[in-house]
Amino acid sequence: MSGVLLRETLIFTIARLLEGVRMVAVGAASPVPAAGAMLRRALDENERQVRLSVLGSVKHNFFTNGSAELFDAAGQGRLDAFFLGGGQIDGQANVNLVGVGDYPASTVRWPGSFGSAYLYFTVPKVILFREEHSRRVLVDQVDFISAPGVSPAGVYRPGGPVALLTSKGLFRFDKERPGFMLDSVHPGHTAADIAEATGFAYDCPANPPETPLPDAAELTLLRGRVLDELSETYPAFAADWRRDLAAFAA
Amino acid sequence: MQADLRAMAAGIRPGMRIALPVDYAGVSMAMTRPMIAHGAGSLDLVCVPTGGLQVDQLIGAGLVRSVETSAVSLGEAGGAPRFNQAVKDGSIGLRDSTCPAIHAGLMAAQKGSPFVPLRGLLGTDVLRHRDDWRVIDNPFAAEGDPIVLIPAIRPDVAIFHAAMADRFGNVWIGRRRELAAMAYASARTLITVERIVDHDLLADEMTAAGTLPALYVTAIAAAPRGAWPYGLWGEYTTDTNELIRYAKAARTEAGFAGYMAQEAAA
Repeated sequence: MSGVLLRETLIFTIARLLEGVRMVAVGAASPVPAAGAMLRRALDENERQVRLSVLGSVKHNFFTNGSAELFDAAGQGRLDAFFLGGGQIDGQANVNLVGVGDYPASTVRWPGSFGSAYLYFTVPKVILFREEHSRRVLVDQVDFISAPGVSPAGVYRPGGPVALLTSKGLFRFDKERPGFMLDSVHPGHTAADIAEATGFAYDCPANPPETPLPDAAELTLLRGRVLDELSETYPAFAADWRRDLAAFAA
Repeated sequence: MQADLRAMAAGIRPGMRIALPVDYAGVSMAMTRPMIAHGAGSLDLVCVPTGGLQVDQLIGAGLVRSVETSAVSLGEAGGAPRFNQAVKDGSIGLRDSTCPAIHAGLMAAQKGSPFVPLRGLLGTDVLRHRDDWRVIDNPFAAEGDPIVLIPAIRPDVAIFHAAMADRFGNVWIGRRRELAAMAYASARTLITVERIVDHDLLADEMTAAGTLPALYVTAIAAAPRGAWPYGLWGEYTTDTNELIRYAKAARTEAGFAGYMAQEAAA
């Protein structure tokens, strides 16, 4: 046992993916991306300014022009990174946030596309994050395209996906091919596990490395400052995390 | 039930298009029950830009014909049970959108323009299912460059909750500018507030900048903690436990009815 919780590995991985960003925004129902962005900001504090906007937060949100401002900022090219989830994600990085089955009579309905149909086009570094790594989530072809992974020539598209992070591993996306490549495997999993649980084809190196874990200083930031900052917007998630840490210590 | 809330709800007629704000912007939960008691149905809801508890309860009460939204959920409490059931049953019309398209439609109405263009959306099933949207080639580009046109969204009524109004009908909305956008675009705007103050909000430059002038306001009623169980910026936080309690209860139609009856008695 590494002494690091899975959610901490995920948050740390997101912070690594955000290296170099000037401005990052986090959408609805995204506690892990929010924590990853908060960790990035904390790590860079004395070197560079990372501006962060967490939807639904009062303290960690500097917008003053209502909920339209995030999209306006993205359209202006000011937003470097954003996160999208997906009830289904396919091998072309198409994202489905709407539902399973024949739209509109979905057999399973999810909340909806949110800002994905715009931000996937306008934000240069979109990180796909979905904890559940299974064949029902990572599918060959999505049932509904909330936002497409790639666009044909002639479509205005400065943005798009760069990576897909799940509870089992990290994939990078190559928009030229287009397709995913397995980049690293989280502790406790294997490349074979991942193949078994993935419903789309992807490239896999002979021996994919293990996902890097946070060091002691990074863990201290995570469990102190980041957890405190996060609890304002995501009290239930923060309480869960604290319970896990307490169980860990016991 | 407060008489002034009942009177505001009485102005809603069957078939109206109603704009409601996102959960963190100031939802007038205080108006939900009076709307249900009033009973005007066949409503076309516009969520700005997403919906939650209020939308779910209006659907559960059978008042909704269609929902235009970029999402409906209960946030940390999970999916919106009555909305999800209605989608499965096909009992409500769906106009799935994306957040900036809702804002764009309101912006067009704000300017009195028929539409505004919006990037993104090309190649999505969101666009494919919207027969009210159009794609044209950017007339200013040398070649090609397709772009989507979003028609103006002009609701009959906007309903929201804010911290403060004055006796002159001005409402302080602070930095929640989507509330102003809703009011500009809508024919009528009904607002509940935490409190009504005696001084003129426009007389002080510090409050004037965040104030929606009475020009855009149809009616105001005081409703302390009127966003509960949602929070209100700068005032109180969301009661997540209550949202979870609702989410569990409303999984079934009977559970929903039981929850609503209990709340009415409280």
